[in-house]
Amino acid sequence: MASAMTKASAVTGGPAADLRGFREVQRLSYECAEAVAAQLKPGVTEREAAKMQRDWLYERGVRDWFHRPFAWFGDRTAFVDFKIPLQFFPTNRRLEAGMPFILDMAPVYKGYTSDIGYSGCLGLDPLHDKLLADLRAHRELILSQVRERRSLREIYEDVDRLMVRQGYANRHRAYPFGVIAHKIDRVRERRWSPTLFGFGTQSLKGLASDAVHGHRDGWSPLWSPYKFSDHPPRPGLWAVEPHLGFRGTGAKFEEILVVTDSKDPEQSAFWLDDDLPHVRRWNERDV
Amino acid sequence: MAGLKGARERWVRTGGIELCVAELGDESRPTVLLVHGYPDSKEVWSEVAHRLAERFHVVLYDVRGHGRSTAPTPLRGGFTLEKLTDDFLAVADAVSPGRPVHLVGHDWGSVQSWEFVTVPRTEGRIASFTSMSGPSLDHFGHWIKQRMARPTPRRIGQLLGQGAKSWYVYLLHTPLLPELAWRGPLGRRWPKILQRVEKVPAGDYPTASLPGDAAHGAWLYRDNVRARLSRPRADAYAHAPVQLITPTGDVFLSERLYDDLGAWVPDLTRRSLPAKHWVPRTRPDQLAAWIGEFVGANEDRSTKAPKTTAKSGVRPEYAERFGGQLVLVTGAASGIGRATAFAFAEAGARIVAVDRNGEGAARTAEMSRLIGAPAAWGETVDVSDEQAMEKLAAKVASDYGTVDVLVNNAGIGLSGSFFATTSEEWKKVLDVNLWGVIHGCRIFGGQMAERGQGGHIVNTASAAAFQPSRALPAYSTSKAAVLMLSECLRAELAGQGIGVSAICPGIVNTAITATARFAGVGEEEQKRRQQKASRLYGLRNYPPEKVADAILRAVVRNEAVVPVTPEARGAHFMSRFAPRALRAIARLEPPA
Repeated sequence: MASAMTKASAVTGGPAADLRGFREVQRLSYECAEAVAAQLKPGVTEREAAKMQRDWLYERGVRDWFHRPFAWFGDRTAFVDFKIPLQFFPTNRRLEAGMPFILDMAPVYKGYTSDIGYSGCLGLDPLHDKLLADLRAHRELILSQVRERRSLREIYEDVDRLMVRQGYANRHRAYPFGVIAHKIDRVRERRWSPTLFGFGTQSLKGLASDAVHGHRDGWSPLWSPYKFSDHPPRPGLWAVEPHLGFRGTGAKFEEILVVTDSKDPEQSAFWLDDDLPHVRRWNERDV
Repeated sequence: MAGLKGARERWVRTGGIELCVAELGDESRPTVLLVHGYPDSKEVWSEVAHRLAERFHVVLYDVRGHGRSTAPTPLRGGFTLEKLTDDFLAVADAVSPGRPVHLVGHDWGSVQSWEFVTVPRTEGRIASFTSMSGPSLDHFGHWIKQRMARPTPRRIGQLLGQGAKSWYVYLLHTPLLPELAWRGPLGRRWPKILQRVEKVPAGDYPTASLPGDAAHGAWLYRDNVRARLSRPRADAYAHAPVQLITPTGDVFLSERLYDDLGAWVPDLTRRSLPAKHWVPRTRPDQLAAWIGEFVGANEDRSTKAPKTTAKSGVRPEYAERFGGQLVLVTGAASGIGRATAFAFAEAGARIVAVDRNGEGAARTAEMSRLIGAPAAWGETVDVSDEQAMEKLAAKVASDYGTVDVLVNNAGIGLSGSFFATTSEEWKKVLDVNLWGVIHGCRIFGGQMAERGQGGHIVNTASAAAFQPSRALPAYSTSKAAVLMLSECLRAELAGQGIGVSAICPGIVNTAITATARFAGVGEEEQKRRQQKASRLYGLRNYPPEKVADAILRAVVRNEAVVPVTPEARGAHFMSRFAPRALRAIARLEPPA
């Protein structure tokens, strides 16, 4: 099984090649996000933005998806009035000057999966800047708490409290099962890789098998506010996606957190890659 | 000169009459020209003029036939809008040669200013126009024609409504009768009538020239109204930015008159003010603030920030009403208080966020500035501390101004049976939930009442104010007291134009559960119950933003008691129609 394979590698700190593979596809995804974001201009629709992401990645060899690319513009970045999951899919909403946007994609490349979220704004908006800057505390909080091996549900609640303290609404609550993160894995490459409601069937299969195994052992591949997430972090790769919303403006990042069963706290959990657009942005601000 | 101390006076000759012109302030500053209405003289502006004179060159003149200006002979035909436009141009050229003026008109001053701002010969002479309680006769004519041409029930209602409000216009068209009344008993009684009906403060207004002003001014109506309403100009488009201030309690003019104004004015800013007709006398602070802001924004068009499009979810009626007002919210570091501060900030109000958690209050202020508040401050104060509240009030009054909307929202939770609740715990709950509100109302509400220019107080009560429960005796008692306090205060302040609303939210997802005390249980159990309550409230997940919206709506509509969530509405309904059912619910033992 693919999932068993990665588990073995990630758990043991594993073949560096595997992590390199994941890092490569995550970088590719962020490159795609930056390339597409640079082409966004007033009048582009969400559907067009999603297609731009798809085409860009297809040209570079991506054939399968954990989920197909999403694009949210304007107050849809904060999931205002989202009632059913179908509302996540790209619409004909057009981008306007000053609007925030989020690009979210999860390509599978050479059998490695990534899942990223890229927040931007067409023009300058001090409020959007503030949201992006405030995400930094969440990235640090999540890592430190995972290293302390606190239960995922408790970490979720701590992130929630930090958001409330910052004055924001928790918008990852709107995702299916309200997840702040989910496990991702290697996926076997096949000639035909269909998607189901935007999700790649191969990846869904992996997630489902994790869910079945986890259910037996008392853990879940979904990091949610519910009881089934009341367990310490499970070794493997987690796509973490805290999502802030504030009165019609939303911002998120999404990237892979590597959890291992190492005794050394530094090695027990770390972000797969620290050279990502949002992290660079924070560091530039510091200088 | 009564009411216009320190004004420089000059006379402007035009078309055979002499106009009395008064000037205040530095002449190098932008010129603001104030035009009075009927039956008035320029002294109606005294309060506003003195406030504006600190920043601008303020000019007032008596309209022909009013105050100390001379009247045309014969009177008939001497008051046409064309002649009034001549007067305006003569005054503008005398006081501000070569530089456009900022026009402000009230009542008939606004009616004639609409003519000034829509005729081609004044183009380039007017930089901006602020209109209050006086529509353009041309727009009014089209308004009537449109409604007559396609009389839907709603449009007929609007016609009849304004038709009834215009009763005095018909009377003024009768010959001689108005003159006799004004020079006789009506003129004598007018000051008392204004005080009683319009709540205009007593003082040196109206001036002694009133009977003559009113008698001459009748010709304003006779010379213009019939002519313009029957044959309105088709090209009455404004060539300057217009700020429309609509008093919502005006008994002479319907708010609906301005519904189609956007078609005539390309650059229109709307404001609404809960007041009666004579706003220059009753609301000088607010008028001076809005005029000052509008003049400032239009003085230097090059630096004027582009109009930001309202974000989704901001209702225009909130922005019209709260723009630039000073709003103080207690308990503003989280939950309903914070959401309320944000909602007011989005509407363009200035925010004072008060909380004993200073960091949270500062954060609320910071975010408020990012979403539209022109200014916002965080203040660290415990509302139950009377001295601290007094100090805060002094600081707010001297640094930020008088509070226009006060939201007494700070509150703490306490659960547990009556006998498990110690007297210490009782004291604490009452100190914050009740005394906090009392201090707020007494100190800030007192400032509001003393200013005498209206305002609004919102007190956060609770659904527990009418839903008894064996689990919440102390909390419910404190909130019931807040509800009754609000009702009593509402009665007391009604005559002063200050509204009081009690908000009863119900179960709302806020931090109150995380800080609530549970009487009669150990620390460990405290934590467990707090967590459990937080999770339950989280499951209910009624967002504080919706309560904030209910608060803004309550202020706009001046509602007395506002239950918010469905359960609060249900409990409120049952408290009136099925109190025994509520008592049965009160006996239920809450799950531990």
